[in-house]
Amino acid sequence: MEASSLTSYHLDILKEIGNIGAGNAATALAKLIDKKVDMKVPQVRIMGFSEISDVLGGAETPVVGVLLGIHGDISGYILFLLEEKAAHILVNLLMGKKADDEFEYNEISLSALKEVGNILTGSYLSSLSILTNLSIVSGVPDIAIDMAGAILSVPAIEFATTADVVLYIETEFAEGDKSVIGDFFLVPDSASYIKLLKTLGAMC
Amino acid sequence: MTENIIKVGMADLKHTLHPGILTTLGLGSCVGIALYDTKTKIIGLAHIMLPWSEQTKNNANKAKFADTGIELLIDNMVASGARKNSIVAKLAGGAQMFSFSSASDMLRVGERNVKATKEVLVKMHIPIISEDTGGNHGRTIEFYSTDGRLMIRTIGHGVNYI
Repeated sequence: MEASSLTSYHLDILKEIGNIGAGNAATALAKLIDKKVDMKVPQVRIMGFSEISDVLGGAETPVVGVLLGIHGDISGYILFLLEEKAAHILVNLLMGKKADDEFEYNEISLSALKEVGNILTGSYLSSLSILTNLSIVSGVPDIAIDMAGAILSVPAIEFATTADVVLYIETEFAEGDKSVIGDFFLVPDSASYIKLLKTLGAMC
Repeated sequence: MTENIIKVGMADLKHTLHPGILTTLGLGSCVGIALYDTKTKIIGLAHIMLPWSEQTKNNANKAKFADTGIELLIDNMVASGARKNSIVAKLAGGAQMFSFSSASDMLRVGERNVKATKEVLVKMHIPIISEDTGGNHGRTIEFYSTDGRLMIRTIGHGVNYI
């Protein structure tokens, strides 16, 4: 089965799951930084490889990526991507500093970023798990800070073995006048992908 | 002087006559295979994602794999007038972007991509004259037909010519 057999029904359900997941993520984020967090309706898209480098301002844009393995009824991994600027704002707010304060990478800020990624992807995965009735457990988060294209090659390669497209969920969080765009890439392995589509199909 | 800069995407390959520049942005675990015909200065660049085409069912796009990508790129270059016996290769990419202590086979694909690329080039008698592969950082590359130089740009690891 290829991604092309992902119908508009599947996509609608994934959008709804993305919506609920992002809502939970926004609530979790609001608790973390102790501020009201709004979010926009997430964009759920199936993208070709050629478009992937246009995500988050181009292939060379510095981004922070948090990758978690997933296992249970489906396996694969989930990648959470933030523009570097946005990551700095988030961590500053998390540390009780002002959004525009100076930022440096150290053990504490890296660990904070991993935790943000962990909590946000966790919110998304738990919505997916509850709605599909599939057991989904995430592993230990791993972090990389580099060019968007280079980090995105990781999910792109995984998808390349099953199809020529990538499943992509873009979420925009806002706190006051600061908005932060976070991208989720859900990358089930090929067997899990088929399982996920079947489960979603049964829900249509 | 405005030169002819051609962008090569992910799972894509292009070649050009001299003078020209080929570029690909943000190579992670993928490998950029830069081929240079020292006689005609025809250059070619492939941005491959996976090692072997026969290991994947979804293998219609030849530019996605080291084996079929290199073969197609050489064919295209030869069709444009390059001579196979004067083509040399330079490689970049094949990084492991995430450390993952329990790195699965798929997450170590960078290493496998580089290995497959080398095996294919050796089999086709194409000498590899330089490489900047492995590590854990992304690379943007530019390949110049004038002298076959390959520029590698990184975040935090500087700019390097091979």
